[in-house]
This record gives sequence, structure tokens and C-alpha cells, in this order.
Amino acid sequence: MATKPNLAASDSPKGMTLIVKTVVRFAIGIVFMFGWYIIIYGHLTPGGGFAGGTILACGYVLLTLAFGKELALTKMSDMAASIVDNTCALLFVLVPILGIAFGYFFLNFPPHGKPFNLVSAGVIPLYNILIGLKVTSSLFAIFLALSIFGRFISKLVEEAEEEE
Amino acid sequence: MILYFLTLVLFVMGVYCLIAKKNIIKKIIGLTITDYAINLFIIIIGYRAKGIAPIMFKNMTMKELTEYGVDPLPQALVLTSIVIGLGVLSLMTAICLRLYEKYKTFDMSEINRLKG
Amino acid sequence: MVETFLFVLLIFMIVGSIIAIETKNLLSSVISCGIVGAAVSIAFLMLAAPDIAITQVVVEILILVILIRATIMIDNTAIEAHWDTFAVVSSLIFFGLFLVFAFLAVQDLPPFGHPSMRVSQQYLETGLQKTGAANIVASIVLDFRGYDTLGEATVIFVSILGSFVILRRRGRKRRTEGDTEKVGILSEAEIREDYEEFRE
Repeated sequence: MATKPNLAASDSPKGMTLIVKTVVRFAIGIVFMFGWYIIIYGHLTPGGGFAGGTILACGYVLLTLAFGKELALTKMSDMAASIVDNTCALLFVLVPILGIAFGYFFLNFPPHGKPFNLVSAGVIPLYNILIGLKVTSSLFAIFLALSIFGRFISKLVEEAEEEE
Repeated sequence: MILYFLTLVLFVMGVYCLIAKKNIIKKIIGLTITDYAINLFIIIIGYRAKGIAPIMFKNMTMKELTEYGVDPLPQALVLTSIVIGLGVLSLMTAICLRLYEKYKTFDMSEINRLKG
Repeated sequence: MVETFLFVLLIFMIVGSIIAIETKNLLSSVISCGIVGAAVSIAFLMLAAPDIAITQVVVEILILVILIRATIMIDNTAIEAHWDTFAVVSSLIFFGLFLVFAFLAVQDLPPFGHPSMRVSQQYLETGLQKTGAANIVASIVLDFRGYDTLGEATVIFVSILGSFVILRRRGRKRRTEGDTEKVGILSEAEIREDYEEFRE
């Protein structure tokens, strides 16, 4: 009876060496926290949705490179990435259409609040979060697809060479 | 003036690499260098002498921002352009991998020769 | 001071891109392209654009990782036996002409350090009061020019979707009645097969 392999074990043959795995275990939480900080405070400090989303995607790529793609897929499966991507793209079109009820397309309809607060500037933090999630899931999914396809091609080339 | 000219030299080198090299990966690298050069050119145009970043902090007066702030409009456009460059690169790499699967080489002249 | 520093950085970038273009080993050429990107990011920081510098660094890291992981693993050397003389000679002639005309055209641009900010002066003066966001660039990207951001989100979405369609391994038609496996980037059989080689 085969037990389920522990994907995050330090001595599993997939992924990189022991030092890399230990360091990534410490650093990955900081990377994700930094990414979310850049997204959420995008209207007060430099950054915004695109930069923060790409930082989060780099965090997932770090997990994939250090531990193998199975562990990264348990954190965000390809179906989950697809759902998050499409939902955020749809919402990014629907929320401006909601602004038509208050005036015109893309109107900043929530109350603006006091400047320099976290909750201020109307709908801009919401846009930042939507774009951040969309960019994260897109870039992680495309990295997985390209690297899996690359491995498939190298397997084909090896089989072709063996046949000759 | 010399700064603008050097940026255009970088752009021309990127396009030369795109045209005159035969390996597809080199062409992708040429397009990436062209991207970097154009983004840099746009931001260099928008710089103001002794400029500060167009972000307002707590104890800053409005007069400082309007007198010393650099041009925020090129920065907004370049932000868009950088991420679009990444999307286009992923599409190019996907096509490149399909070509490798079919013709077993990255060399454009071989692919031209083998193509029917 | 900023001008001399940018001048040195641009010379560094030109030398880096010459290396990226001419070297035969593909891995070296991709790494040189990454160095050019890092120098561009430092130039953005010198030009008082911190938003753009963060985005450029992170996007450049992803460009390097995608290029190395997807392509260099397969085939590392670029063997070019002969030049394509027509392409090289004609491109050199045209780019020489282009640079001559560019040098003349660049004299008409506003001098470095004195941009003509007609619309941007309005954005700087009234940005905080009209939108409530302290970051003027974020308020331009998402409020004053939000329509362009919608166009950008569409372009990224379509390009990623196009990449998935190109990389798809099987078609979507159901061959038999029992063929209900969801077709995504990975199939269940592949993940199980990778577990098998993992367990041994």
C-alpha cells in the first residue's frame, strides 16, 4: 500500500538541494507578504496592481523551482488559476459599468475619504486588488504551461534519438 | 540631446538583432532590447530638472509637488507597456516551442528550407 | 549629475546589448539581456520613477526565467554557419540612414530636464483633490485614464489565452462516451505518471 509522498520533504528527489529548500521555506512568506503590501497600498506608495501581481507570480515560480511543480499545484491548481483569472477579468469590466449608474463609465463612485488613509480614494484599491490577482494567476499558469511543454519536447527529442 | 540619441542607438541595435540574426531566440532577445529602449526613451523625455517622484507624502506642500514633480503621464503609459511586453514574450515563446517540436531546430533558415 | 550618470548607464547598456547580440552561447546572451534590463531599472530610479523601477525589475526576472526554463533547456548553442548577407548589409545601411535622421530630429525635442507639461500640470495640481489618492501615477492609471488600463488588461488576457491555445496538447472533442477527462494544461494521467517516477 503506497502512502502519499510528502511533497515538502527536504529529502525528496524532486526540486533542488536541501539548502535551497530550507531558505525558500523561510523566504516564501516574506515574498507573498511583500507582494500583497505593494498591491494593497498601491494608492499611497509606489507600486500598484501590476507590480504586486508580478511579485506574487514570482513567489509561485520560486515554489515551483525549489520544490517541484506538484507542490505548487497543490497551492494553486490550474483550474483555480483559470477561475481566478477569468473572474477578475470579468469584474474589472463590470465595476466600471456599475459606475454608469452614478454618472459615466469608470466614475470613481465610492466616497473618497480622507487622503493618506488605507481606505480612501474610492474604487482605486479595489481595481488594484483585481488586477493583482489577475496578473498573478495568468503569469503563474503560463509559466507552468511553458515549462511542462518544454519538458515534453525534450522527452520527444530523447525518444527520437533513441530510435535512431 | 546626446542621451536621446544614445537611447535611439540602443533601439536600432535591438531591431538589427531582430532582422539579421537567424536563431529565433536571438530574435526574441532583440525584441526585448527594443522594448527596454523605447520605455527608457519615454521616461527620459518626462524628466524635470531636480525632480522628485510624483507621489505626495504627509508633510509635503502642494507647491513642492507642482514645482518639482516629474511628469506623471509618461510613467502611467510605460507601466502599461512593460507588462504588455511580458505578455507578448510569452506568446512568442509558445510559438517558438511549437516550431521546435515540428522542425527540431531553432534556426530560421533551416525552417525556411524544410517548409514544403 | 543625473545626466552624467545616465550617460554612463547608457554606454553600459549599449555594451551589454552588443554582447547579447553577438555571442554564440544562448545562455550568455539571455543573461546579458537581463543585465541590460537591470541597468534600465537603475536608470528609472535615477529619473524619479519608483513605480516603474519596481515593475521593470520584477518583469525582467520573469522574462529571464521564462526564456531560460522554456528554451535553453532544449538547445543551448546557436550555430550560425554563414551570414545572410542581404539582410545584414541592407539593415546596416538603413539603420545608418535612420540614425542620421534621428540625430537631426532629436534637436527639435524639448531639452533634457524641461518637459512641456501641459496636461500633466493639471494632473499634478488637482490629482489629490479630485481622486483622493496620494500616488498621482496610480490615480492617472486607474482613474483619469482608466480606459487605457482596461485595454491593457484585455491585451494581457488575450495574449495569455492565445499562448494556452497554442500549447494545448489535445483537442477538445470527446472521442467516446466515457471520455470525460477535463482538458487543461495538464491531464490527470500526467500528474499520476509524475508521482510514479517520484515514488521510485
